[in-house]
Amino acid sequence: MNDGVNGVALAVFIFFFLAVTVMGFLASRWRRAENEHSLDEWGLGGRSFGTWVTWFLLGGDLYTAYTFVAVPAAIYAAGAAGFFAVPYTILIYPLIFTFLPRLWSVSHKHGYVTTSDFVRGRFGSKSLSLAVAVTGILATMPYIALQLVGIQAVLDVMGVGGGENTNWFIKDLPLLIAFGVLAAYTYSSGLRAPALIAFVKDTLIYIVIAVAIIYIPIKLGGFDDIFAAAGDAYSQTNEATGAPRGALVPAEAGQWTYATLALGSALALFMYPHSITATLSSRSREVIRRNTTILPLYSLMLGLLALLGFMAIAAGIKVENGQLAIPQLFENMFPAWFAGVAFAAIGIGALVPAAIMSIAAANLFTRNIYKDFIKPDATPAQETKVSKLVSLLVKVGALAFVLTMDKTVAINFQLLGGIWILQTFPALVGGLFTRWFHRWALLAGWAVGMVYGTVAAYGVASPTQKHFGGSNAEIPGLGEMGYIGLTAFVLNVVVTVVLTFVLKAAKAPDGIDETSPGDYTADAGDEGVQVELPPATAGAGH
Amino acid sequence: MSETSDAPRASEVKPPVVTPVRVVIALCLFAPFVAMLWVDSYAKVDPAFIGIPFFYWYQMLWVLISTALTMIAYQLWQRDQRARKADRSEASQNGGASA
Repeated sequence: MNDGVNGVALAVFIFFFLAVTVMGFLASRWRRAENEHSLDEWGLGGRSFGTWVTWFLLGGDLYTAYTFVAVPAAIYAAGAAGFFAVPYTILIYPLIFTFLPRLWSVSHKHGYVTTSDFVRGRFGSKSLSLAVAVTGILATMPYIALQLVGIQAVLDVMGVGGGENTNWFIKDLPLLIAFGVLAAYTYSSGLRAPALIAFVKDTLIYIVIAVAIIYIPIKLGGFDDIFAAAGDAYSQTNEATGAPRGALVPAEAGQWTYATLALGSALALFMYPHSITATLSSRSREVIRRNTTILPLYSLMLGLLALLGFMAIAAGIKVENGQLAIPQLFENMFPAWFAGVAFAAIGIGALVPAAIMSIAAANLFTRNIYKDFIKPDATPAQETKVSKLVSLLVKVGALAFVLTMDKTVAINFQLLGGIWILQTFPALVGGLFTRWFHRWALLAGWAVGMVYGTVAAYGVASPTQKHFGGSNAEIPGLGEMGYIGLTAFVLNVVVTVVLTFVLKAAKAPDGIDETSPGDYTADAGDEGVQVELPPATAGAGH
Repeated sequence: MSETSDAPRASEVKPPVVTPVRVVIALCLFAPFVAMLWVDSYAKVDPAFIGIPFFYWYQMLWVLISTALTMIAYQLWQRDQRARKADRSEASQNGGASA
């Protein structure tokens, strides 16, 4: 990509990387509990995080390095269509305001660590719980892999990725080191490590965005010039498709796609295990509600960040791989030391979510596969041990994925992951509000959604790929193009509702619900809620 | 989309589930969905703001609007809950089973 190694930028990058590594290892001592060998402790940070820690943790978790690279990259490539990330993140918060506090309450009342725990408890169905767990793990793995893609983009632009003909080991060594370190401190410190590192990550990101959004437009002659240049670039015909490259504003035909992508993605986000892990680690349901009012700050940041895509066009950045557009923009525009800060922000931005995702996937495996199906009498210490090991395996798997397969494979799977994870919505959110759905109907709905989504995504071709070329297809019966995940979700709900009527009429056994209505509104301090909190961490403020 | 209420379901002596305050909360939470999913209402370039086309600044403005709405919903909800807790304090609830 680049002619040489950017020494100053690299030095700054390494400095920050070392700093967070030290923090990661020290994190295990941060607000330590007496009983550190329980899964609550390692996997949920003792469930003791207050408003600000939760804010940083959730922000660090949801707005990943890949987001920072991919959203402006999508704008850079096609214009308006990529901006759907903003309405998407706007819709998340009113949505989670309604259901996450209920999940928090019931989880703290019954000691649930994962969404599958809840589904099993609510519907008395191990198979439904297994379906949710497997979907969660499948959807999370490529997401972790994409974090690596984010780090790779930064390393490439700094010139340490090596050229085409370098030995693969030298080429991938920096990535291996970064991941080795990440794996080591996640293993030793659990959720506390990313929570602490998230502070550094977000501070860096906010500084970089604030500077970029003021400094770069001044250098480029203001937003008028930037959008004029971008408008010109989008109107150029793309040779591969014969259509214009993009547009500044979505055309009539693109509006359904835009809206369904925003809605579908918003519904899906809090089905991801890593979002739930960060949520359950908060101290009370109030912390969650309060967070829905301060988390949108990140959405604003994301919107500003998306504008960088236009700036990359106006600055005349030409890259083959769109993922490199923003790192390259930083390199060209900023003095070397500040480019280093920006790269560190992206690099660390990859570590935080990767750590949380691997913990979340490991929790799912331990609780809902290992304990439910392999070793029902596992002690808490054994659970923690298995979880730690699995979190390592998950990361190694993601690494192998990125190193051995083409990058597009990770992106394809991530796209599928979004479609898949959305299919757990009826069981989880439906279950939080009503017990009306029948467990077998939910399972059938899930299966239909998964199959439809996968098949439809397989059938999408793009100029560069025969299959999995995008996440939009014609909505059957409507004739408009829309997000496959949302279509699959609607099918899923229809099947679930119809089958519930059928199964209820047939008097199919309903399963045992171990929760009671009061559990969904219980808060910290209520009877039966406090018990779950390890005593030493419960009261420790910051 | 408007499964707003945290209302405990069907216990005998409970105040009504739907109250004017709760309707306002539901509207606050529902408004962003209408605004954002109605793409046609904002898919245009003019009027631009400091050179940024309408399409972009309008959506970013909605980040702020929806934040304000969620905050209002949060405040109203807290007040609603406190009032209910006060009502409930004599009539002991929560006889249900728990782990």
